[in-house]
Amino acid sequence: MQLSAKHLTLSYGTHNVIEDLDLDLLPGRFTVLIGSNGCGKSTLLRALARLMKAKHGAVYIDGHAIAKLPTKEVARRLAILPQSHAAPEGITVLQLVKQGRFPHQSWRRQWTEHDERVVWHALEATKTADLAHRPVDSLSGGQRQRVWIAMTLAQETETLLLDEPTTYLDLAHQIEILDLLYTLHKEGNRTIIVVLHDLNLAARYADHIVAIHNHKVYVQGPPEEIMRPEIIQEVFSIRCQIIRDPLSGTPMCVPYSGVCVYDPDGEIVR
Amino acid sequence: MKQFGARQPYMTLRIPKLGVSFLVERQPLWLIACLVLLLFICMLYATGAGSLPIPASDVFKSLIGHGDPLNDLIIREFRLPRVLTAVLAGAALALSGAVMQGMVRNPLASPDLMGITSGAGLAAVVFLNFFSGDWGIHWLPVFAAAGGAIVAGAVFLAAWKGGIAPIRMVLIGVGITALLGSARTIIMLQANIWQAAQSYTWLVGSLHSSSWSSVQMLFICLLVLSPLLFIAVRYINLHALGDEVALGAGSALQRERILLIALLTALAGAGISFVGGISFVALMSPHIARRLVGPSFGAVLPASALIGAMILVTSDLIGRTMFVPLDIPAGIFTALIGAPFFLYLLTKVWSR
Repeated sequence: MQLSAKHLTLSYGTHNVIEDLDLDLLPGRFTVLIGSNGCGKSTLLRALARLMKAKHGAVYIDGHAIAKLPTKEVARRLAILPQSHAAPEGITVLQLVKQGRFPHQSWRRQWTEHDERVVWHALEATKTADLAHRPVDSLSGGQRQRVWIAMTLAQETETLLLDEPTTYLDLAHQIEILDLLYTLHKEGNRTIIVVLHDLNLAARYADHIVAIHNHKVYVQGPPEEIMRPEIIQEVFSIRCQIIRDPLSGTPMCVPYSGVCVYDPDGEIVR
Repeated sequence: MKQFGARQPYMTLRIPKLGVSFLVERQPLWLIACLVLLLFICMLYATGAGSLPIPASDVFKSLIGHGDPLNDLIIREFRLPRVLTAVLAGAALALSGAVMQGMVRNPLASPDLMGITSGAGLAAVVFLNFFSGDWGIHWLPVFAAAGGAIVAGAVFLAAWKGGIAPIRMVLIGVGITALLGSARTIIMLQANIWQAAQSYTWLVGSLHSSSWSSVQMLFICLLVLSPLLFIAVRYINLHALGDEVALGAGSALQRERILLIALLTALAGAGISFVGGISFVALMSPHIARRLVGPSFGAVLPASALIGAMILVTSDLIGRTMFVPLDIPAGIFTALIGAPFFLYLLTKVWSR
């Protein structure tokens, strides 16, 4: 399934966040959207998942305008995990994950053998099967995020969109979530499209990075091509050096501070 | 896979031939069965109690057709219609509150905030003060229902802005409720004492005018609305996860919301038309239900209905037996018995 945006303009009131943007998201990729705060990357992600209406232009699934497709059909092809979500008080993990089956169900067909299999599969893939009957509000932040990802997995879609899934998590849990997404991508053959803030993690996991700047796609390509000082300078307004990640060999951005000045040995001069 | 072997806290109901399949949670099912039994006991006792007490065993005999003629007369003509009206109206109000709280995702929401109660209240007061002389009293429920529906419709239209944001709708409802409340007070201040008293009784909510026809009407309403409620369960469960998650999972959010609003208006309207502005039942029954059976609406709805029915039957029982010869409106006691129970649950049974 190919997701693409053509001449897409998105706005809040009269303020255009995204203007005349074209973007093709190729199937089978792990794509990360990056950009500074307020650049519209989350807005773009929401529009790609038809959570937001386009002012001009449109988002297409395999050439069909997403706004014209039945919403249930879209939900069977792509799943989105929004940035903020709150589980109702007392809801158990299973009750939550089960909701992901909505687009496959009808009023009388709500728990087929296939539904049951897919839900348990999603729980196992996210290592939350043991928590199935626990209330979601009793879980830790990392566990909770995995449960929500399980819910989107229960939608059984080829494409997963996630809006900053690692925000509010500590480093260990950030890695855990990204590892999970990477596994879903590699072993489950899923197309992953995710908004991330951490450039170095983006470079490590993504095979395609899209930098949003000035309401448009500023540049896109594999991490090696995107992680360059001049691009980072332009997109994030910060000077940096790019080094190799000693573990993964992917590019790593080391930003300069605005107040400290360093000599070549790394000692702070001023 | 290991989980299929282990005993799950849910049962699976599947009839492949009909394409039917459901997940049924065990614990809520048991609790609902207990509530049914409890309600039945309440009803037996309430039917027996009164100025001429009839033991529960004799009530039971009369119900199955083996009672003595005097008991039969008292039960069939006077007590049973009143108890059944309380059961059905209490259930309708509680269901309406449960749908409202699910849709608005706010535990303080109740159909009152849609303007249904105030609309029905104003219409009832207008009827009692200006029309009751020319029209028969049996028109009162019709007036009340129309008033409630018109105001709820107006609130809905005022809140519509390319879609319904429940919080905006509730705020508009609060404004309109205040407005209609003033209009009602002005009318009541100019009424004679008899009309004012009648109006007041209606506004508090009373079962003294219940009859077999009110039982019939309420029963038909609930019968027609039940399948819609059944369909709505899936929607409410999904909406509870938030607008964006619901949309992402394929919910036609606004269309489903219109169904939910129509449903809760009809339920509240049916209840209020026959028993007046009973407070507390719609607000608290769903709370109590959720504490007992958890957040799944498939369980919350029936549990709310049973609890709402129980609260209203008990309130009416107290109102008509404890202050004889006065018949105190049931609405006074709904909060009086419901609130302490609710507080108890909130503090003691907070285990989930």
